[in-house]
Amino acid sequence: MRLGLAIRLRRQKKLNRSWPVDIALFLLLSGAGAFMAVPFVFMVSTALKPLDEMFLFPPTFIVRSPTLDNFYDLTLIFANSWVPLSRYVFNTIFVAFAGTAGHVILASMAAYPLAKLRLPGGGFLFAVVILSLMFAPQVTSIPNYLTVTWLGLLDSYWALIFPALATSLGLFLMKQFMEQIPDALIEAAKIDGASEYRIFWTIIMPMVRPAWLTLIIFSFKGLWGTGSGAQGASFVYSEQLKTMDYAFSQILSGGFIRSGPMAAAALIMMLVPVAIFILTQRSVIQTMSTSGLKD
Amino acid sequence: MPAASDRSGAGVELRGQAGTTARQPGAGRGRLNRLIGEIRIKRQGYVLLAPYFMLFFLFTAFPVLMAFGLSFTNFNVLEPPTWVGWDNYANLFVKDEVFLIALKNTLLFAAITGPLSYVACFFLAWLINELSPGIRSFVTLLFYAPSISGNVFLIWQVAFSGDSFGYANAFLMKWGFILEPIQWLQDPKYMLGIIMVVQLWLSLGTAFLAFIAGLQGLDMTLIEAGAIDGIRNRWQELWFITLPSLRPMLMFGAVMQITASFAVAEVATSLVGFPSPQYAGHTIVTHLNDFGTIRFEMGYASAVATFLFALMLGTNLVVQKLLRKVGG
Repeated sequence: MRLGLAIRLRRQKKLNRSWPVDIALFLLLSGAGAFMAVPFVFMVSTALKPLDEMFLFPPTFIVRSPTLDNFYDLTLIFANSWVPLSRYVFNTIFVAFAGTAGHVILASMAAYPLAKLRLPGGGFLFAVVILSLMFAPQVTSIPNYLTVTWLGLLDSYWALIFPALATSLGLFLMKQFMEQIPDALIEAAKIDGASEYRIFWTIIMPMVRPAWLTLIIFSFKGLWGTGSGAQGASFVYSEQLKTMDYAFSQILSGGFIRSGPMAAAALIMMLVPVAIFILTQRSVIQTMSTSGLKD
Repeated sequence: MPAASDRSGAGVELRGQAGTTARQPGAGRGRLNRLIGEIRIKRQGYVLLAPYFMLFFLFTAFPVLMAFGLSFTNFNVLEPPTWVGWDNYANLFVKDEVFLIALKNTLLFAAITGPLSYVACFFLAWLINELSPGIRSFVTLLFYAPSISGNVFLIWQVAFSGDSFGYANAFLMKWGFILEPIQWLQDPKYMLGIIMVVQLWLSLGTAFLAFIAGLQGLDMTLIEAGAIDGIRNRWQELWFITLPSLRPMLMFGAVMQITASFAVAEVATSLVGFPSPQYAGHTIVTHLNDFGTIRFEMGYASAVATFLFALMLGTNLVVQKLLRKVGG
């Protein structure tokens, strides 16, 4: 509501501006847009290029005779590997879906009492979560390797899933979003005798749908490409447990001649997270509007 | 006394918490009983917290302390760790020349791509905010897409391919700037620059979305009031109204960009290989991975990790302090 009103007000009220500045800013935005878009155009074009067109000089920027050969070659490359492509696909889907679902549920469960129940010690826990936003997960990769080994999870799906369940960004965003829910709603349910679990599940969760859609895209994009990083590769070393992005990242090691299939693979890989973002963009923006760090 | 220690733990962000600490002048014992009673009443809340925070402490919080502890040992996973004191840190800065290269490169990333990407995130979000909603969501998608597209950045490897089939070489050769193809990704002169460009391409992430959201939710009455108070152009509006009201977002975005800019690794190893020629694409994180996952010198790798932790946290806290002053 407030958002819609704000946008309308902006339409009505424009400060006096000079057109040279307008044009300069427009060109700047177009330039940035081109910089962002060109690699995608290039990738789609490369994915559709027949092999002989790859070796033209000068190279064609837009493909002349598009073909799906590269997608077919992709299956050929994996026809020779002893782990079938379908296994890599399954591994990625399992890790990404299980990890994302678990993260959204656990982070929401923890966010509710932090946002609404004023627990003794809650402020301290949240402060630790904020501090943990300030360093990258690479810092903890060595201890995590040891912990995963010690728990007997090394070289299993859980080695990838468990550390991703409790990432701090998700909890942070969820807690900030839940703070907007009016206390009166919760009080009313308490007077009716509802337990905290019930309030969480039947009142809070339906109301924070934008926030869990946001957690889904952030968690999913991390897990979808988790297997090719140094951490993913050392936590899971059996070939049959490796993920799709790991398998695909090996393609380019075949040299320039493989860049067609590589582009085809990258195109397939990006479709899922991009599609999720297109569907959830409005909710993501709504969630991010509460993401500020207050002082 | 307990009340004081209760507050001090939550320095960064607290709201509504202070009100719950006991206001009565009663003795410490009564306060403790009250606290136990409160915890008992709210135990369902703790049950909800437990699963997340068990995993969080296991995989995020304690590992920092564990890395700190291990950084004073020599540990190869097979044998129990042996205490070596400050040796690992001394070796890092005195004997390990490759680490110093990694440190230099990492600081370059932090000093160049960090601020550049931060400014780009805000400035582009600000420009996009003027567009009509339909176009705005398309442009948002376009700008945000690289950061969620996984391996797509590998296409830069093809663009900067070292033979004449790469776009960069072909373009320069066709227009006569160069006669021979340049080995973009093998020549230490160009490697760092190319990684930075790719890193910038990937950098419009979470902070960018936060800025867009913040700008859309901006309180328009402030801008109206500003116009009455004599704000004449958009630059004044930006400086006196928009930036100060977006401070919480600016602080959150800074955390995201700083942390990412110190953690460059995957793009570097994918584009220029590992180890890169003359270590020109070596960073602290690739150094960490080298000792942690290849050489299994966990003690030494932990020292690298602890140093990186201090570097990231320190930079973040300093920048938070500075941003708190913007328009303050």
